[in-house]
Amino acid sequence: MSSLDADTDERIDAEVVPSMTYREAMREALRDALATDDRVFIMGEDVADYGGTYAVTKGLYEEFGRDRVRNTPLSESGFVGAGIGAALGGLRPIVEIMTVNFSLLALDQVVNTAATLLHMSGGQLNVPLVIRTTTGAGRQLAAQHSHSLEGWFAHVPGLKVVAPATPEDARWMLPTALADPNPVIIFEHATLYNESGPVDPVLGPVDIDRAAVRRHGSDLTIVASAGMVSKALAAADLLSAAGMSAEVIDLRSLRPLDFDTMAASLARTSRALVVDEGWRTGGLSAEISAGLTERCFWSLDAPIARLASAEVPIPYAKHLETAAIPQIEDIVAAAHDLVGDR
Amino acid sequence: MTISSSPLATDHDLWRSLLGDMIRVRVFEERCAELYGESKIRGFLHLYIGEEAIASGVMSCLRPDDAVLATYREHGHALLRGVSAESIMSEMFGKATGCSGGRGGSMHLFDAATRFFGGNAIVGGHLPVAVGLGLADQVLGRSGAVTVCFFGEGAVAEGEFHEAMNLAALWNVPVLFCCENNRYAMGTSLRSSESQIDLALKAASYAIPAWSVDGMDIVEVHRATTKALASVRADGGPMFIEFQTYRFRAHSMFDPDLYRDPAEVEHWKLRDPIATFARRLVDEQIVTDADIEEMWERARAETEAAVAAAEAAPIEPIDTLLDHVTRDAEPAPHIERSPETTTDDEVWP
Ligand SMILES: Cc1ncc(C[n+]2csc(CCOP(=O)(O)OP(=O)(O)O)c2C)c(N)n1
Ligand SMILES: [Mg+2]
Repeated sequence: MSSLDADTDERIDAEVVPSMTYREAMREALRDALATDDRVFIMGEDVADYGGTYAVTKGLYEEFGRDRVRNTPLSESGFVGAGIGAALGGLRPIVEIMTVNFSLLALDQVVNTAATLLHMSGGQLNVPLVIRTTTGAGRQLAAQHSHSLEGWFAHVPGLKVVAPATPEDARWMLPTALADPNPVIIFEHATLYNESGPVDPVLGPVDIDRAAVRRHGSDLTIVASAGMVSKALAAADLLSAAGMSAEVIDLRSLRPLDFDTMAASLARTSRALVVDEGWRTGGLSAEISAGLTERCFWSLDAPIARLASAEVPIPYAKHLETAAIPQIEDIVAAAHDLVGDR
Repeated sequence: MTISSSPLATDHDLWRSLLGDMIRVRVFEERCAELYGESKIRGFLHLYIGEEAIASGVMSCLRPDDAVLATYREHGHALLRGVSAESIMSEMFGKATGCSGGRGGSMHLFDAATRFFGGNAIVGGHLPVAVGLGLADQVLGRSGAVTVCFFGEGAVAEGEFHEAMNLAALWNVPVLFCCENNRYAMGTSLRSSESQIDLALKAASYAIPAWSVDGMDIVEVHRATTKALASVRADGGPMFIEFQTYRFRAHSMFDPDLYRDPAEVEHWKLRDPIATFARRLVDEQIVTDADIEEMWERARAETEAAVAAAEAAPIEPIDTLLDHVTRDAEPAPHIERSPETTTDDEVWP
């Protein structure tokens, strides 16, 4: 990547930026963190010899040993609390919780301790803890393994919540999260692990507080995060074929929410559709919609539209699960409704 | 009893200072109760009166590099750990000069300098955190440092207690668990809430060496703690001590204390850790009545100075309301990269 000749930029990108899966990207980020900072260690259920429930930590135990890649018993509250203590004691723990569904057993530690200590102590005690967990439906795992609860965490002052939607963000958000003095929760959508994309191997840490425009368009803005980003992009392709130009925003950060980027987009498009895999009632989509309405009301051509998961526990049967969560066709239909062209 | 066979035969300075410590806590807290009546202190206020021997005995065995975690009943622990009476009182007054900048109050005293990690008001919630602090000491090779975690017997019913015991033993972390068994969790007696009321047995079931001692007797507290710490400091893994004690006051200032037989309370007051220990020290001619009077006098002076300072201290300006929610991070660059090969801008210029 030494040549920056404009004519050859695209070719260089295509040749030099290698593609890797989201899983490999996350693993590379973890390996890099373990190799470069002695204070960093991973802990969680089956992160060691098993290689991680989603095989993200596969091979790291063999490479770094069991003190750096530390298996825990089934004690979500216990090991998240221990992560908080270890962070207070000068380590940089990366705690893996198998899925967000199980994180509820650790909610006390996250909400009552990690998020409050800095404030309760009058600014004395910060908690540099990283929690990684998976979220989302789509694999017929039914109601206790499929929910998208990241919005609950995004509700809590004192936390930072991010959702990398691309392999490159999976690779380069982690070092930033680790350098952050605050607790950061990283949500990895379980359907993304096998997805491939370009990952610049020397890019370096990227910000974890701003949204990214993943596709430019002029007729409407689609706001999405995590697993919904690729669906929104696919929907934008279909809309494009039908003559509608959709801008797609990948939130990247769920707390803080980057309203500046969203509002700037709305200033161009005047219409927004918020797509969220969480439930609608009291959800992140409600917050985004309200926040955008407050900022952009006078420039809107239509009410902010929302597409969220159906208000049911996610069902097992394929057709029911598919119907419960926003799909590409649903996004296309909602976009047409919003733009009022049919 | 002959004086030479007494456990108090040597270390007279230690025993004198332990009596003084208990008196400091007692005086400070009795003043807190008054100030609560005067509405100077608000929120929940949980007094440690009757239980002072535990914090006094344990704290006297600690080193500066040890860490301490306690519950919301922690004024005494903070004071004896070296947090100043003034900053504790100011915290309870909600003042800017409080040890938590007025954000914590009575239940959330913190002091990074003395490694005092609260002031924790989720019953059982700080036990896993103690395990993590111990883990950090172990991993970072801070040999000999111990994390001391105080909690009430009520916490033993919580899942977090059991998770923490297991993790502590499994990882062999240098943590001393100090269970302050005052027999009640608010209005719920241990007997009415636990199928097994031998608490040391519970810890022992996780392969943690555990025993029960008389928490009203500071000599016993000091002896047990010294012994336990020697083992923990020498890499012996976690230990658990149950201190049998009793609170003389209600659970908090909100509690009308209807669930305890007044005779039971009176019975325990006969075992007041300060009065009984003072009597012993006088009997064994380690202190005089005049020495003791001077200890009370000094404690009163300390407390009154703290009250005056808290009274005079400024409050935090409202514009600091949102401070200390997150700490500023080093900014990292923002990179936009579209996974698409074409954009609609190219399709529809
Ligand atoms: C998880 C949780 N549940 C309930 C409470 C309310 N509560 C505060 S103190 C207390 C009793 C705790 O008793 P114990 O652990 O014995 O400590 P003590 O107050 O006797 O010192 C309860 C139930 C709480 N703070 N946290
Ligand atoms: Mg109790």
